[in-house]
Amino acid sequence: MMSSNTASSSAAVAGSADSAAPRRNSKKPKYSRFTQQELPACKPILTPRWVISAFLLVSVVFIPIGVVSLFASRDVVEIVDRYDNDCIPDNTTDKVNYIQTPGDKSCNRNITVPKRMKQPIFVYYQLDNFYQNHRRYVKSRSDAQLRDNSSASDTSSCKPEDMYNGKIIVPCGLIAWSLFNDTYSFSRNSSQLNVNKKDISWKSDREHKFGSDVYPLNFQANGTVIGGASLNSSIPLSQQEDLIVWMRTAALPTFRKLYGKIEVDLEPNDVISVTLQNNYNTYSFNGKKKLVLSTTSWLGGKNDFLGIAYLTVGGLCFFLALVFTLVYLVKPRRLGDPSYLSWNRNPGGR
Amino acid sequence: MCRGIPEPKLTAMDAMIDKLTGAIFVFQIVVVIVLGIAGNVWKDTEARKQWYVKYPEESPWFELLIIPLRFELLCSIMIPISIKVSLDLVKSLYAKFIDWDNEMIDQETGTPSHATNTAISEDLGQVEYILTDKTGTLTENKMIFRRCCINGVFYGNDSGDALKDVELHNAVSSRSPDVIHFLTVMAICNTVIPMKTKTGDIFYKAQSQDEDALVHAAARLHMVFVNKNANILEIKFNGSTIQYEVLETLEFTSDRKRMSVVVKDCQNGKILLLTKGADEAILPIACPGQQTRAFFEAVEQYSQLGLRTLCLAWRQLKEDEYEEWSLLFKEANSTLVDREWRIAEVCQRLEHDLEILGVTAIEDRLQDGVPETIEALRKAGINFWMLTGDKKNTAIQIALSCNFISPEPKGQLLLIDGKTEDEVRQSLERVLLTMRITTSEPKDVAFVVDGWALEIALKYYRKAFTELAILSRTAICCRVTPSQKAQLVELLKSCDYRTLAIGDGGNDVRMIQQADIGVGISGREGLQAARAADYSIGKFRFLKRLILVHGRYSYNRTAFLSQYSFYKSLLICFIQIFFSFISGVSGTSLFNSLSLMAYNVFYTSIPVLVSVLDKDLSEETVMQHPQILFYCQAGRLLNPSTFAGWFGRSLFHAIVVFVISIHAYAYEKSEMEEVSMVALSGCIWLQAFVVTLETNSFTILQCIAIWGNLASFYFINWIFSAIPSSGMYTIMFRLCRQPSYWTTVFLIVAAGMGPILALKYFRYTYRPSKINILQQAERLGGPILSLGSIEPQPRPILEKEVSPLSITQPKNRNPVYEPLLSDSPNTRRSFGSGAPFDFFQTQSRLSSSYSRNKDN
Repeated sequence: MMSSNTASSSAAVAGSADSAAPRRNSKKPKYSRFTQQELPACKPILTPRWVISAFLLVSVVFIPIGVVSLFASRDVVEIVDRYDNDCIPDNTTDKVNYIQTPGDKSCNRNITVPKRMKQPIFVYYQLDNFYQNHRRYVKSRSDAQLRDNSSASDTSSCKPEDMYNGKIIVPCGLIAWSLFNDTYSFSRNSSQLNVNKKDISWKSDREHKFGSDVYPLNFQANGTVIGGASLNSSIPLSQQEDLIVWMRTAALPTFRKLYGKIEVDLEPNDVISVTLQNNYNTYSFNGKKKLVLSTTSWLGGKNDFLGIAYLTVGGLCFFLALVFTLVYLVKPRRLGDPSYLSWNRNPGGR
Repeated sequence: MCRGIPEPKLTAMDAMIDKLTGAIFVFQIVVVIVLGIAGNVWKDTEARKQWYVKYPEESPWFELLIIPLRFELLCSIMIPISIKVSLDLVKSLYAKFIDWDNEMIDQETGTPSHATNTAISEDLGQVEYILTDKTGTLTENKMIFRRCCINGVFYGNDSGDALKDVELHNAVSSRSPDVIHFLTVMAICNTVIPMKTKTGDIFYKAQSQDEDALVHAAARLHMVFVNKNANILEIKFNGSTIQYEVLETLEFTSDRKRMSVVVKDCQNGKILLLTKGADEAILPIACPGQQTRAFFEAVEQYSQLGLRTLCLAWRQLKEDEYEEWSLLFKEANSTLVDREWRIAEVCQRLEHDLEILGVTAIEDRLQDGVPETIEALRKAGINFWMLTGDKKNTAIQIALSCNFISPEPKGQLLLIDGKTEDEVRQSLERVLLTMRITTSEPKDVAFVVDGWALEIALKYYRKAFTELAILSRTAICCRVTPSQKAQLVELLKSCDYRTLAIGDGGNDVRMIQQADIGVGISGREGLQAARAADYSIGKFRFLKRLILVHGRYSYNRTAFLSQYSFYKSLLICFIQIFFSFISGVSGTSLFNSLSLMAYNVFYTSIPVLVSVLDKDLSEETVMQHPQILFYCQAGRLLNPSTFAGWFGRSLFHAIVVFVISIHAYAYEKSEMEEVSMVALSGCIWLQAFVVTLETNSFTILQCIAIWGNLASFYFINWIFSAIPSSGMYTIMFRLCRQPSYWTTVFLIVAAGMGPILALKYFRYTYRPSKINILQQAERLGGPILSLGSIEPQPRPILEKEVSPLSITQPKNRNPVYEPLLSDSPNTRRSFGSGAPFDFFQTQSRLSSSYSRNKDN
């Protein structure tokens, strides 16, 4: 660039005379493959060979993956125990009233382990028909307040659970307020099974989303309407892992949240007795509560969906490949046959 | 000429997109209302029981509106706003492609084509009628003096060039007075100004190409117009200088069709009136004693060769006659009211009893490639109308020589003429009847109408004429004024035809502005038309490429782009709607606002923008099979039914994405941000494959845009996942480590694309469209190409033989001319006497053509 500039300035006199010529030329578009729309292009078409082999390839890849995922899912041992109805005394007519009245609501359940479960065994609670994704609910939180003590007053998004008697609530909002508060303790053969409640939340949440200097304040202070669990106001939010797990809202109305981990293996036919505190109100909206013990696989928990879907898609692709091959063999059709190309345009076809 | 203010033009495609947008808007309103009602019902029945949502027991009435408004917000993305921006972008690129096209540069003058209006390229692909000017558009507008007839003696008939005719040169050197007078009129009866260059050469500045040709021809015959000094003209003839003083110039108007000058011979003081003009303007005012038969014959012969004819005449004026008239003329010149009319009237008083000197014939050659262009475009289903100010005979000859109309027995010309209302009505009805009968036959029927009959037809029989216009694929309108040209365009537009008007002169400006697409030829007549036009091209033959290549590609690309824009918006919107069913119909958005924004403006618009490089068929294939334009003309690629296809596809894909994401990410994995990103990834992957499947040709840019976009989706989301304060902190890293994420995404792709691929393959192979067949042929090297390349060969050769010959050699005119005469049996049946078909014979009015400002 530099050299051409100096050259043009030194040849200024000559350049002025010459400048007319390039200017006239510059009106002409420069030739490039882009401007002429002549970029080299690959122009594939859907030949039977390509399409049939694509479908075959998909089926060949998908069916094994489906089998593997199905096996992975089948390997997972999962125990689901629904307790919401059984933990209400038989003579109770008004379940909602029962759950809302304070008092001891402990309940004992016995679970038999069907197959050997290798540690870690994840303990989940599952709620059905609970809309954590409801618009009013899902927004009702203040991330700034959770993260940082200095933003404690940032509660504008938390309505209607932002203030109590003019004092700010930490953590504010409906999500925190409705924190799940059933508790479980497990024993096997009358010896306590330890449930590890450490590291059940996401590490990133503990470190970046929930501040270590943020302490609960005025939480569940409203004596008349208590939502869910209360929090120990001397422990910072970053260590309140139940809250952190709960605050990761679920996208579906049926969801499981991690309660803890049992870090011993369970043998088949072990009977585990669970002592649980049935506190959480799902009765008013006919929600179900389930206790879930599950091992895990490389694909996650027990979920046959992926395996079945892969097998279905793979099978369908195989079927399509077969059909297309048959049709191709039975009724071959020459591609690009000019006899299909009639230009007789009847006026009615307009 | 008043150019007027051009209205902004809306393409048929834009209109269709607007219509579809309207339909989607209605759909959106319905969805919002239905979901709004459902949401309120759910709120009052279910949500009151969901204590954790804490709906207030009592709420003001407008609370009812909140849920519908929430859904309105969610569904507002249903109508892609980005479509306007994308369309504007690609349209300006289409225009650039036209500007850049090397094959549309006029090599003679170096002028490239230019798209002034960048917004209407798609309409080029949907043109149904082309209304074309003749002179300068079909012809070169390079006038060459070819023949003349001086006092009954024909010159140039043998050689085709009077300037090379020895007899004429002999006549000049023998100073035959008739020839001298003839040459004098040629040289000075004009408004040409001679200029001298430094080297002493003379060149002429003429407003009219005809005058230029005449003056040049006179100079070649030793009558050199040397100088014009104020009113004194200097003529050099064989070494001697003759001076004339111009007393008055009686200007040309299209009503008078002639112009005259009054000059005084400086040698002997004689006052002369020199006149030249169209035959019908000159021959009737010849002096009674003169025999004009020879001139009539000359005019007829010349015009049948497609030559433009002018009659030259003169008269010696007596001094007092001139003086008397001069006063009248000055008075007329200074009147304020009806000046033009007054001047014409005064001029008429002087222009009578002329002595006819002879007839000149000027050739205006057809431009290169005109017949081929017209034939290709007619094959493409485009109807041609020629609107010219020229004579009927000249127009028909040009029309024949450029494939405009086919010679008999295939072609057939129907004439509408008449001087009175009744005559016009009768001939119009006759023509209409023939048209109705012959529409079922594969015949090339054209009608010919002249300006006067057209005026009457448009005024009193508009309905009948409109019907005729719809029935007729070809028409020749001669002797029409600029405003009539515009009226014809208006008529065709009112029948919902997409019209393209092409012209080169100032008299075409109105028609060009009136038409859906105006194309100007930046030719010899200045840039007036080119400036007013939407597209300016250097030569008529570029029209083929403009329409078949640029117009067609633009249409196809916009059709894909616009429907795809709706598809992707609907896809994300359907997912939101489905999600609302599992979120208590509360109007929760599954996707965060950032993703939604990026989805519309970034992830989904980049890959589709490069579809401006997509070519479904190569240019050569399209040129060989212009019929394929039918798909664009009939709007086969963008209409409610294709749109319904895309709508269905987006619904299907939304179901696939939604069902698979919520089932694969159920239970302990059903974390909001994760599910949202899984669904979004599914959408983006599907987009990439949809664009890939719908793209016909992949250049490197398309590959980069499609797959690079997919990569950048991950890249951008990784960046956002790395920001602690963002809502999706760590989400994307987390997902990318999960095998279940990838299995889910691949499942979405396979389940979403499989049926579409199968359907497309089935259609492509077993129910192929013509485009598909040509694609297959083109890419597999099938037999069509060879077939196509052989087929058009014989025609151009034949045309090349016919068109120049018909102009230069009289003996060759018969083969072209005769067939038109012969009545075809079935038309005779319908008319008995075959009235419209003998118009060549019965036409006694002879013709020549003249126009100084060339009103054709």
